[in-house]
Amino acid sequence: MAYSEKLIDHYENPRNIGSLDKNSEDVGTGLVGAPACGDVMKLQIKVGADGLIEDAKFKTFGCGSAIASSSLVTEWVKGKTIDEAETIKNTDIAKHLALPPVKIHCSVLAEDAIKAAIADYRAKTKKAE
Amino acid sequence: MNVHTQIRRNDQPIYLDYQATTPMDPRVLEAMMPYFTHQFGNPHSRSHSYGWEAEEGVEKARGQVAKLIGADEKEVIFTSGATESNNLAIRGVAEFYKDRRNHIVTTVTEHKCVLDTCRHLQEQGFEVTYLPVQKNGLIDLDALRAAVTDKTVVVSVMAVNNEIGVIQPLAEIGKICREKKAFFHTDAAQAVGKIALDVEAMNIDLMSISGHKIYGPKGIGALYVRRKPRVRLVPLIVGGGQERGFRSGTLPTPLCVGLGEAAEIALKEMDGEAKRLAKLQARLLKGLQDRLPEIFVNGDLEHRIPGNLNISFAYVEGESLMMGIKNLAVSSGSACTSASLEPSYVLRALGVEEELAHTSLRIGLGRFTTEHEVDTAVEELVRHVKKLREMSPLWEMAQEGIDIKSIEWAAH
Repeated sequence: MAYSEKLIDHYENPRNIGSLDKNSEDVGTGLVGAPACGDVMKLQIKVGADGLIEDAKFKTFGCGSAIASSSLVTEWVKGKTIDEAETIKNTDIAKHLALPPVKIHCSVLAEDAIKAAIADYRAKTKKAE
Repeated sequence: MNVHTQIRRNDQPIYLDYQATTPMDPRVLEAMMPYFTHQFGNPHSRSHSYGWEAEEGVEKARGQVAKLIGADEKEVIFTSGATESNNLAIRGVAEFYKDRRNHIVTTVTEHKCVLDTCRHLQEQGFEVTYLPVQKNGLIDLDALRAAVTDKTVVVSVMAVNNEIGVIQPLAEIGKICREKKAFFHTDAAQAVGKIALDVEAMNIDLMSISGHKIYGPKGIGALYVRRKPRVRLVPLIVGGGQERGFRSGTLPTPLCVGLGEAAEIALKEMDGEAKRLAKLQARLLKGLQDRLPEIFVNGDLEHRIPGNLNISFAYVEGESLMMGIKNLAVSSGSACTSASLEPSYVLRALGVEEELAHTSLRIGLGRFTTEHEVDTAVEELVRHVKKLREMSPLWEMAQEGIDIKSIEWAAH
């Protein structure tokens, strides 16, 4: 299968690998997928006092497309408000990386990961209020 | 002749996929060449020397193939490959004996062409028993004995599995089949030339052979069909009645000659090659085990051809690993390499959990594999498995002592 240059670049030089403190109040964590299905993504966002996402980290178990999709979205969400980040669509990810049809589910998973991280952050801030 | 230096161009990845196919041995190519050019005759032409020379080449090849498996040359027929041989053997006997017997026994880890042939026969009213395999990939002989009835026409069990390289107990299977008067067919595509095979000692009635798995050409294979006691088949391809009427069509002389030469080389070099490959296999496995925790060999390590290793690298998905090890040509049991998105049915049949099946690689070693290539493979694999584990959330959880089975994962 021939992959796009952008995809290969994200696979070979993944951006923002790592973990943030999942217990911290300003960190939202999303963990999506399933080991049995062959892909699991963990995406974390750190939201600053100004409401902007100041950091994002990921770890992914999955094929090259899954790794590239999650790497890409960590770049995209940084500097955005959580409302803006929530509007990222899987179709944008798939288009940017030129995912082949059998790999579209990787972009869907990446979108789910952002949504899950945002939901986790919101649940935490609501509790704190 | 130093054949080890002639196969790979420097810009090509290291070839470690010998169960998929093998490069042709240069000696095989050399034997074939004259039959592409001046000895081009139709081996079935009886009226001139062109035909006679071609026939001589074909008949010599038939003898070479027969010798490798302990058969008589009259019992070997040429086909287009192991897929055709498997189709012809199973459909052929099932069709011929259908008035008396309508039951077939096979295993769940057979090659797709055997399973699909059986499925077709099921649609036509035959009954098929698919034997499970044990955790090590081998069948349970008691289960086989219980499955074979007086209605069983053929038992089809592969000699060596294409994904995990395990060797089935052929002699014991043959004995059971003979006692129960069922024919024993074995798909030996991955076994011929790798392990000693003897159709007499093992009571094998039908055996499928492939050319390109034994350093011969693609597009040629053979089927061994026992003459005493005689096995009868309904042909798939009819016409001029060549190959004892089992397989019509003009024989491809150069390909037959190539298969014969490959068989002769295999017979001559099998023992030495097996020892050399066993050393390489051990070196590869030790190199990985010394430096990587939590890797698992799929399938029995003892009852296995030395040219195969199938390993699960826990917490690292197979396709992403293959993308990393660009300098190595291997294959994966992961779903993501196929359109089906299901992990290997062979690994699943062994009871390998889906999450581990997704992390497996099949590494095939062969005649042209060098120690240096194995060492390079170890380096590449260790480097990339470590890198990918560093970015694996599952590896992180395992390091934190979280049991990934305790988490409720959402299926998607």
